[in-house]
Amino acid sequence: MFSFIVRRIGSSIPTMLILILISFALMRLAPGSPFSSDRGLPPEVLANLELKYGLNLPWFEQLFVYLKGIIFDFDFGPSFKYTDKSVNDILAQGFPVTLTYGIWSFVAAVAVGLPLGIVAAVRHNTKLDYAAVGFSIGAQVLPNFVMAPILVIIFTLWLNWLPGGGWNGGQWQYVVMPILALSTSYMASIARITRSSMLEVLHANFIRTAKAKGVPMRNIILRHALKPALLPVISYLGPAFVYMITGSVIIDIYFSTGGMGQFFVDAALNRDYSLLMGVTIVFGVMTIVFNTLVDITYAWLDPKIRL
Amino acid sequence: MNKTSNMNISAFTLAMVTAGAVMSGATIAANHPVTGEKLASDQTFTYRLPDGIATLDPQLVATVEGSAIVRDLFEGLLNQDELGKIVPGVAQRFDFSEDKKTYTFHLRKSNWSNGDPVTAHDFVYAWQRAVDPATASPYVWYMEMMGIKNGKAILNEGMDPKELGVEAVDDYTFKVTLDAPIPYFPSMVTRATTFPTHRATVEKFGDEWTRPENIVSNGAFKLTDWTLKEKNVRERNTEYWNNRETILDKVTALVIDDENQALLRYKAGDLDKTEIPAGQYGSLKKSNPTEAYSFPRLCNYYYGFNLSDNGPEAFKDVRVRKALAYALDRNVIVKNVLKGGELPAYTFTPTATLGFKAPYIDYAKWPQKQRDAEAIKLLSEAGYSKSNPLKFEMLYNTSESHKKVATVISQMWKQKLGVQAVLVNQEWKTFLDSRTKQAFELTRGAFCGAYNEASAFLDLATSKANYNYGKWSNEEVDRLMEDAKTSADPNANYTRVETLMREEMPVIPVYFYAGTYMIQDSLKGWPTENIQQITYSRDFYKTAE
Repeated sequence: MFSFIVRRIGSSIPTMLILILISFALMRLAPGSPFSSDRGLPPEVLANLELKYGLNLPWFEQLFVYLKGIIFDFDFGPSFKYTDKSVNDILAQGFPVTLTYGIWSFVAAVAVGLPLGIVAAVRHNTKLDYAAVGFSIGAQVLPNFVMAPILVIIFTLWLNWLPGGGWNGGQWQYVVMPILALSTSYMASIARITRSSMLEVLHANFIRTAKAKGVPMRNIILRHALKPALLPVISYLGPAFVYMITGSVIIDIYFSTGGMGQFFVDAALNRDYSLLMGVTIVFGVMTIVFNTLVDITYAWLDPKIRL
Repeated sequence: MNKTSNMNISAFTLAMVTAGAVMSGATIAANHPVTGEKLASDQTFTYRLPDGIATLDPQLVATVEGSAIVRDLFEGLLNQDELGKIVPGVAQRFDFSEDKKTYTFHLRKSNWSNGDPVTAHDFVYAWQRAVDPATASPYVWYMEMMGIKNGKAILNEGMDPKELGVEAVDDYTFKVTLDAPIPYFPSMVTRATTFPTHRATVEKFGDEWTRPENIVSNGAFKLTDWTLKEKNVRERNTEYWNNRETILDKVTALVIDDENQALLRYKAGDLDKTEIPAGQYGSLKKSNPTEAYSFPRLCNYYYGFNLSDNGPEAFKDVRVRKALAYALDRNVIVKNVLKGGELPAYTFTPTATLGFKAPYIDYAKWPQKQRDAEAIKLLSEAGYSKSNPLKFEMLYNTSESHKKVATVISQMWKQKLGVQAVLVNQEWKTFLDSRTKQAFELTRGAFCGAYNEASAFLDLATSKANYNYGKWSNEEVDRLMEDAKTSADPNANYTRVETLMREEMPVIPVYFYAGTYMIQDSLKGWPTENIQQITYSRDFYKTAE
């Protein structure tokens, strides 16, 4: 198990370097510059700006200076667009927001989706099952960019219960709608995957044996069926979790949360090189870390994988 | 001695009484001192901001929304009133020499938010900072346009910024020396680029000086919270010299990217002001007649021909350019597509620009049928017909409303002239890149005047302007624009330039923008007559329901 973990971590470092190299190259190949504007800038001003941000250096030197800053000082450089802020500032502002609504959405999705899927499987072909399946399909086809305005119409415009947007340091009233909007479709997916995988396991031979031996149903489900039934769910949860905590541009746009998702997209549109790199690197690290965690969980659940 | 201390006591008593009045004013609703309207107890103005503010540094700010916030936080030499006329700011008055090359501003005694006095030295520092290559301000062109002595040399030849033609004669006298008499110079000092900055703060905190915890400013409000892409909050600055006339206590800008979502929040009462989404002005004016506003803006919308060597051969023929301009039915675009109170454009300079006299544009007066007939005639003279159709690409930056306009225009050309215009859209930065490299045939363009004078638009028509993307070049235009800088009547030159543009048709003017806003009935003082939309939150107040 230990060597498995070491191997997984060891392979993530070259992955990270490749990610940085590719994003750096793609970014510089994209047409346009962070300083272009409708009016355009006189060449002298452009030269001054390039000097200020080190864009006058050859690309390998820029990359070297940049990597050195990150590794030794944990400094992602200044933002090209938000000139009064550094990339570190923006990450420090945006990530707590994204993590907060991301983690809570994940918790909500699992806490509702998993039991729903299990109950639907155990009570297969009953009204409960149909209700669960109905909910899953409904929630799945309602994307968050439709959910978000609907929630605001209901909870802000009609009922006046919740503020229609903003973050205010993460007060609960501000977090509820982003979580609802982000988690429902995941909730639905988790319920569906759990249900089908549970159904499959419940029809397996070893469950029949357990039933024949007279093990109570409760024990069969919790001690024998759940663990194997969870495997496909876990492999879905890993990427889903990373996706949720790396933010959603839709949630950020509709609820003005100031989270990372919108910064990421806008950084690309604005050619804000340093911000885009910073977010890419942090997202990359998170993806690798959580995928590793999923792999480890997987290995623990199913020893065959450890090879 | 005794007398002074007595005065101090009475001043103290007065202050206590005033403070008491203000405090009771918070609980018992007060009335507006001039109009007598009953004021709301909560004097907070909340509005929508479409995107996070890039910078609050007066010398760096380049966007309309950012400048509005900077005008709340800082105050320059002069301000604009609700009609756009200049009124005193930090400068109580100014005078100029006979040759109009030397301006002297006499400053009032006022304070920074930390209690330091605002002096002429702060302006000298700020103006030198604005032109300093090390500051790398994207708005340095503005300082260049002001024609301050040595400004060009500092920018282009590496001269020391200290040589800039500005001087603090004493603490409260600020003198500016110009290279040439710029007729509109006083109105240019209402822009943020020329606002003072507090040297000690800038030098101490570097790029971080504009953060709420560091910033020192001299405007009616001070910055208390600034979270990118969430909100920007300003609160009353008690050190502001005219603080007693400020009624609003707080101004909150909420960043809401999507304009429909913003409208929803406006309806929920979260916002006092928001933009009306494209195409919805008509219906909102019907449902909320007192809240929906539309007014002309100092911005144009046009399509420009690529007349450089990279451009298509066809566009080098003026008959083709004219034909396309005539066949475009602008009324359909403003009345049936945009529906926000926009005005059809036949000149490059918006007709509402201060002092601008549009020349007689013949085709503007023709009925559309006559224009179409003329267009067909010109195009066939140029050798194009339905069997040998004119083909080109029209470029615009990705956006629903630009797409609508481009589609309608290309259909008009197709039906009337058999022209095959292929729509091409590019994401903003790529679009800018294509325009700069002349990698286009016909491109969408729009321009907002940085100041209220025709040269803010027509400079774009000169051959040296680096944002003259179509590379149209006309010696007479260049000369007229150069002469206008020192002319007693520059507007005559601008009228002539527009006549030349009508004859040569380097661009097709389409329409002049309109501002369309929703403003709650309780918010008063919005300058709907100010074409540049130069707003100062301290002019606003909220009335009780």
